[in-house]
Order: sequence, then structure tokens, then C-alpha cells
Amino acid sequence: MVYHWPPVLETFLQTLMDGLAVGSLYALIALGYTMVYGILKFINFAHSDVFVLGAWLSYSIAVSGGLSADPATPITPWVWWAAGVSVGVAVLMQLYDRVVFDRLPIGARERLPAPGMGTTFTIVSVWGWIAIGLVLLARGIGEGSLPQSTARTVSGGVILIAAMAACGLVGFSLERAAYKPLRKAPRLNVLITAIGVSLLLQNAGQLDWMFGTRPQGMPTLLPDLTLATFGGDNGASPVKLQLIDVVGAGTAVVLMILLDILVFRTKLGRAMRAVSFNDRNASLMGIPVDQVISFTFVLGAVLAAAAGFLFGQKYSGLNQTAAPIWVLLGLKAFVAAVVGGIGNIRGAMLGGLLIGSAEMFAKRYQSPAIADIYVFVILILVLLFKPTGLLGTRLQEKV
Amino acid sequence: MAELRIQARELRPSLVPTAALSVMPFATVLLLAIVAQLVLAPWMVANHWDFQAKIGLDIATSIVLAVSLTMVNGFTGQFSIGHAAFMAVGAYASAMIVYYGSFRLLGNVNMNGGLVSSMIFEPARTAPILTLADGLFALSLIVGGLVAAICGYVVGLPSLRLKGDYLAIVTLGFGEIVRVLVQSQTTEVLSEGSSVTQEHLDSISAWSALTTDDTMMAEQIAKVPWYLWPRYTGGALGFGGLPSYTSLFWVVLAAGVTLVVAFRLKRSSFGRAFLSIREDEIAANSMGVNVTAYKVRAFVIAAFFAGIAGGLYAHTTGVQLKADELGFQKSFDIIIMVVLGGLGSISGASVAAIIVTILPELLRKPETLGDCWPWGLGLLVVGIAIAIGMHRAKRSAALGKALITTGAVALFLSAIALLAAHNKFDIGPYRMVLFAIALVAMMLLRPQGLFGVQEIWDRGLWREIFRKAPAKRGGPAA
Repeated sequence: MVYHWPPVLETFLQTLMDGLAVGSLYALIALGYTMVYGILKFINFAHSDVFVLGAWLSYSIAVSGGLSADPATPITPWVWWAAGVSVGVAVLMQLYDRVVFDRLPIGARERLPAPGMGTTFTIVSVWGWIAIGLVLLARGIGEGSLPQSTARTVSGGVILIAAMAACGLVGFSLERAAYKPLRKAPRLNVLITAIGVSLLLQNAGQLDWMFGTRPQGMPTLLPDLTLATFGGDNGASPVKLQLIDVVGAGTAVVLMILLDILVFRTKLGRAMRAVSFNDRNASLMGIPVDQVISFTFVLGAVLAAAAGFLFGQKYSGLNQTAAPIWVLLGLKAFVAAVVGGIGNIRGAMLGGLLIGSAEMFAKRYQSPAIADIYVFVILILVLLFKPTGLLGTRLQEKV
Repeated sequence: MAELRIQARELRPSLVPTAALSVMPFATVLLLAIVAQLVLAPWMVANHWDFQAKIGLDIATSIVLAVSLTMVNGFTGQFSIGHAAFMAVGAYASAMIVYYGSFRLLGNVNMNGGLVSSMIFEPARTAPILTLADGLFALSLIVGGLVAAICGYVVGLPSLRLKGDYLAIVTLGFGEIVRVLVQSQTTEVLSEGSSVTQEHLDSISAWSALTTDDTMMAEQIAKVPWYLWPRYTGGALGFGGLPSYTSLFWVVLAAGVTLVVAFRLKRSSFGRAFLSIREDEIAANSMGVNVTAYKVRAFVIAAFFAGIAGGLYAHTTGVQLKADELGFQKSFDIIIMVVLGGLGSISGASVAAIIVTILPELLRKPETLGDCWPWGLGLLVVGIAIAIGMHRAKRSAALGKALITTGAVALFLSAIALLAAHNKFDIGPYRMVLFAIALVAMMLLRPQGLFGVQEIWDRGLWREIFRKAPAKRGGPAA
């Protein structure tokens, strides 16, 4: 007699997998919230709009590059150009940083941006190299005979990198233009500014020359593959392990590991933690506080852009930028950051997975309409019993 | 001891003048509301100022909201970003009472109000001044406020444990829970022609699948126990078919009462306890202020007024009551008003409420905005003249500066509108973009808000006219 899995288990596993897939997206967004909160102690409500921008930018790049929602349509070789341009930009930035700046007269140096963004630029250039590597790989397979699915996947990587770079730039500019002048202002003011920036991004995104007011379908760049199925021999729908879920969660996990290494193993990460602990003392110790803060914003925006790209790949339908659904998504990511312990990077990852799973379980086992209630009830319960979040440390009250 | 007691009794103000004094402002507000309803509203109707009248209702509701949030954010320094949730609770409570109460008491949900709750005068001229429906509406406003206040108590309690941002996040979570709960209800509103096929109403045997008649409807609604009313609030589709009872009378009354209460609160020892918590919680605690109790009280009072504003909002003409509209973006709108006016400034919050309500509407119709350039120019010229005159007379040029700023902003906006109109450029999509830019610019250029923590008259637009400007240090002695 063959043993049949009970369908309960299949539903459970499928829900868990869905939850982890969504949760890794939440975690990526939550990281941006939590890093900015950890350093500046303010809730960056514009962060979810950077995520939306990431999703829409990857759509625009894909469409302007000739990709369409139909996988049969051949792609134009813009990928080559994009990779070349990204490397070129990275090289120019490095040149400015390491060669040009030192040779400038002092008067010009004071007026031009400082070269402290070297690390960011390095990362950009590394992305560029990864991109060109992917392209060379694709070319090696054979320019004309490259299978369409491979070409689409490669261009997906390039789109991801380009959207991350663009959003990083946006994050940098936002911080410099809107938040930096308010570093010493009351926190409510900074919050209102964040809301203003959020409104700006939402409504500017709906202009005709930006993304427009109509929802669009993101071209899926990964083949619709089911890697493994599990169960289903007793009439229940089998558990499916989709390629997109694996790639999405994998990208998220890789990025999070990189971030963890960056924050806890490198000098820059130590500087970030120092600024987060006490920015005044950090600046006395010679840490360039402004640049560290800028870098934090860039990092958060980059992760949000990656989440936006992955969201587009998983759900493919992109609502217009001011749609309430985006706000709710960003809000849930923010809840994830708080539940994990805001300001704590590992907490954001834990919180994201927790909130994502909770939402999916509520959706599956109760009605989708009230799934969000569970998210917010978890939030309130966690805050009531552990006010600094699951992994947060208790702060000493100072008089 | 006995002597002291006698002295104390003599010192105590006698009851009648005190009572008169405390009633006076409310009586004035009532008078103003009556005047607004009897003079202003017919005038607006006669001039076909329907749109302006609607904006007027919105402005007054916004003032109630902004001033009530000032009590929490401005006075007590507690950071609430879920204020619209209290508004939603009040709105739905009031809407349920008016809608289903009207069916029970009056047999239909038509416009049964008297003169006080009517914005359209021609058919209603012969109507009585007050009807049962008006009473029901007033009652629903108060009950809505009370229900919201109870919610305020429930949300205020977590502030026992939480501080600052965490409290803000809890209020945000509460707001979202309210929204999702309302939206997850059935989309049915029991009304004429609605098909009622809810399984938990099967027990009501006489329920027919389709009703088209008011009296039949009323009979059937009478069979729905009141605790099931919240199930039938339209869910995600919104609560439709509410009678529009909100008139200038009610909004002026509500805004006036809110303002009087807020001003009195700020001057009272009760309000000073709020202010002390804002300034320094630990110091306030050590001076004997029960910090937790006062925080919860601030929440309760603010929630009460927000609930009333919700009731007014629900019954405004052209409003379809929807939980989506009262989500946290609405809360942000209210916070924007409070911060723009200056944290803790009641008059500032009111002025900001007016600006925030009018500005997007003005940008919606750029041609009207373009027409206001003579006003801007006039203000600019008068402001420059006053500034020069005051400078010559060695007095404060505050009034001149304020006029110049206002005039310049008005000129700038009308110039944009005129340019757009001239080039056949549709400014409509840029409305919210401009608003967002204005908001960020305001925070960057004037972080303390329009009036800081003071009231308008403390800042002395008109008080400083009569006061000498401080002598410049190091300047030649006059």
C-alpha cells in the first residue's frame, strides 16, 4: 500500500513557500527602512516609493530595450549597449575619484562633490563587470544562435543591475536634497518631508512622460519553469517549486548575506554602526558621517530596487505609482522592519519572512480580505510585549 | 481654619458670572453657525456657489480634524499617525445611526432634515427649522464621537508602554486594522432594491430576496438587530445612499466648539499638563503630572472630535463614505496641516487646514488661480509700502514681510497658471506634484511651520505694528 501525504501537508508547504517568497521581498524592502532608522532615527516613508520606482524603472528599461511581455518576441541587442554604458560610467566615476580629483585646484575641489563615494562607485563598477561578464557569456554561447530564453534571462540580470544603479542614484539625490538640510530639525519635520517626497514620487511617476496612469504588465524574463513538484497523488494540488520563487528568494538571500558581510565585516560597515550608535562621537573619531549616511540611503534604495524588480517578475502586473496597493505593500515591509526590531538588520530579515508567512497563511486559511489584519495585529502584539521588536535591544532611558 | 474656609468662599468667584462666561463663547459659536446657515448659505446658493459651499464644508471639517490632532501631536507631543482611523470610526458609527435609524424612525432615508441641515434652500424653505431627522443627525454625531473616544482610550492605553515612534507605529497599525475590518464586511447596504442573501440572516423568515418599497424596506430593516448594522456598511464598495445632512450650520458649530474647547484646554491646568508632557516627560512626571493618564486623556479628547468630524464628513454632499478614503494617507493630510501651521498652534493648524484644503482645489482649476494676480500684486505693493513705512518709523516690519510673502506666492502661482493657460498646457496632472514640492519646500525653508508654537496674535502681525523694532546692535544711536 502506498502511503499518501495528507492534503493538509501539501497546502501547508505550498503556503509556507509562498510566504517565504513574499517574505523575502518584504525583507529586502524592510532592510532599507531599518538601516535608515538605525542611523537617522526617522521613518523614511518615501522608501516604499523607491521600491515602486525600482519596479517601474525595470519595466521601462525592459520595454525601451525592446522586450515585450510575449516571450516569443526577439530582443534587440540593447543589452550590450547597456552593459557597456554601465561599465563606462563606473570607470568615469573611479577616474574622478582616484585620479582627477587630486589634480584639481583647491578652489574647484571645494565646490565639486567630495570623492568619498568611492565605495559606492566601486560597487557600481563591479555591477558593470558582472553585467559585461554575463553578456560575454551570452555572446560566447553564440550571438545569433543564443536561445531566446537565455537571452531574456541575461537581459533580466542587466535590467536588475541598471534599476539598482538608477534607484541608488535617486536615493542619493533624495537624501542630499531633502533630508540632509533637516539633519538637526525636529523629527516630525523630517517625517513630513518624507511624506512630501513620497507624494512627489507617487504623483510624478503618474505623469505622461514618466510611467503614465495605466497599469502595465512587466515582461517576465525568467522561463516559467517548475523545478520540482511534490505530492498531489491524493487529489490535492501538488506543491510546486517555481523557478521564479527560487531565483527571487535566492537573490534576496544573496543580497542579504552581502549586506550582512558589509555591515558586520568591513570598515565601512563599522563606520555605519558607529554613526548609528552616536553620530557626534563618530564624527569626532574621523568618520565622514555625511558620506556614511548617503551610503546608507543608496544601499537601502538599491535593495528596494532589487525588490521592485523581483516583484515585477513574480506578479508581472504593475499598478500605477500612486495606487494604494503599493502603499500597503510598503507599509507591510515597514511592519516587518518594526516586528524584527527596527534598526536591526538581521531583525528586518526575520521580520520580513515572518510577516510574509503570516500574511500568506492568513490568506490561505482565512479570507484574503482580512489577511492584513493579522499583519497589524502581530505588529501591535509584538510592540506591546517587546516594544523594541523581536531582535531589538532595550534602550536605556536617559534623563 | 473656619476663617480660612470663609475667606476661600469669598475668593471663589460666584457661580452665575462664571457660568455666563463659560457659556458665552459657545453661545457666540451657535450664533455664528445660525448666521452662516441663514445668511451665508442662501447667498452661496443664490450665486450658484455650490462648489465653494462644498469647499467650505471641507474646510470646516478639516479644521475640526487639525485642531483635534493638535491636542495630541501639538499639545501633548505624542506622535499619532492614525488620526483618520478615529474619523473613520466616527463616520461609520454616525452613518449607521442615521441610515438605519432613519429607516426605523422615519421609514425612509430621504432628505428629511429641516432648515438647519439643508444646503439647498429652494424646496426646503417651507420646511420646519428642526426636524426629528436633524435630532437623529446630531445624536449620531455625538455617538460617533463617543465611539471614536472609546477607540481612543483603547489605543491610548498602549502609550503606557510605548514612546515616540513606536506609539506612532501602533496608531498606524490601528488605523489599518480599522480600514481592513470595514473593507472586509459584506459589500451590501440594505436599501431599496438590494438583494439580501446573507446566510446569517436566514433566521429572519419574512426576509424577501428583493425589496423595492420604502415601507417594506423599513419593516425588514426593523427586523435586523442593531448589532448587525456594522455588517451592512458597504464594505469595500463604500456606504452609499446616506442623506446629506452636513450643512454650514453643523460644520461651523462643530469647528467653533472644537476651537473653543482647544483654546480653553490650552489655558487650563489640564492643558498645561499636556504641554508639560510635550516639553519633558520625566520632569512632568516628577512634578506630579500623571503622564500616562494625561496621554490617554489627550487621545480620548482628540478622538472624540475626530469622530465628530467623521460624522460630518460622512454626510457631506457628494461624499461616498469609503474606508479607503480614510486610510493613513488621510492621517498624513491631517499631520501635514498640524505641522504646517506650527506644532501646538491652534490658529496655525486652522489656517493650515484652510490652505491644505483650498490649494489642491485651486490648482485643479488654474484659470481661477490665474485671475488672482491683481490681488497678489496689490498685496505685494501694499506690503512693500508698509515695510518701508515701518522701517522709516523704526517699527517692526513683520506685517509688511508677511504681506510681501503672501503677495509673492500668489503672484507666482497665478503666473504659473497664466503661463500654463497661455501655452495650452494642462496643469491638472501636476497638481499633486506641485503640492508635494510646496510641502517639501515649506519644511526646508520654514521648519517651524507658519506660526511656530504660538498663535497668530502672539506672533504679532498686528501687535508688532505698534511696537518698536529692537534696535540694531552696534548701529548708530538714534
